[in-house]
Amino acid sequence: MRSLVSDPGGGSLAPCGEWTIASDIGEIDRVVLAVTTLCEAAGFPPKVCRLNVPVALTEAIANAIERGNGGDAARSVHVSARIDDAGLCVEVTDEGTGFDIHSARALSEADGWVEREDGRGVFLMYALMDSVESSCNAGHTIRLVLRRS
Amino acid sequence: MSFAIERDDDLLTVAVDGQLVVGNRQELKQLVLDEVEQGAKRVLIDFSNGGYIDSSGLGALVSLNKRIREQGGELRLAGLNEDLRTLFELTRLDTLFHLYGTRSDALVGF
Repeated sequence: MRSLVSDPGGGSLAPCGEWTIASDIGEIDRVVLAVTTLCEAAGFPPKVCRLNVPVALTEAIANAIERGNGGDAARSVHVSARIDDAGLCVEVTDEGTGFDIHSARALSEADGWVEREDGRGVFLMYALMDSVESSCNAGHTIRLVLRRS
Repeated sequence: MSFAIERDDDLLTVAVDGQLVVGNRQELKQLVLDEVEQGAKRVLIDFSNGGYIDSSGLGALVSLNKRIREQGGELRLAGLNEDLRTLFELTRLDTLFHLYGTRSDALVGF
């Protein structure tokens, strides 16, 4: 894992960090812990640091590894996080071509969703973040935004 | 992240320490299914020392619930903190599982 973190304790620069990891689910926890630590240092509420941020970010990175990169360890996932007065913005970029995030979210409205083993990841990102956006440029990016208020 | 198991006749208790996520959900599934294969009917998973659960972890619990019921058994979940209860309510999984405040509560009538 390559990482670059600046000013995690606050100060004149906005707390931010960037991480590039291989497509290995064992790499997820370290990035999630690093972003959560930034949020704690920036004064986000404890529940947000215990639940919203780690769960939504785990979903985004797991999606990037398993769906975006197809679990191909040779492909990487890039994560960037930035915190300012407005809140947290995290971008997770894989090397895939993306997927229809709105269809994935709509799974939660289908009959039998509660009994399904899969199909909750995108739903949880929307439920736990203020904004979820998907875009394709050089790879596929999921952008998670959580406002401070 | 680890799982501690206790076995008493057909009662299996699993204590989850830390997160239940994509990286370890298969370990939990296999551990429980091996015990079910060996006769465990009543399965209690205790999250008193648990951290957050992601969609893969929730999916593993759904899968285990189904498999245990197919074998004529029952799965109960205990010790969920406020965060985890929020997660179960958001995903409506509180309608699928028996949720108990403590391990002792879960053992009543089990």
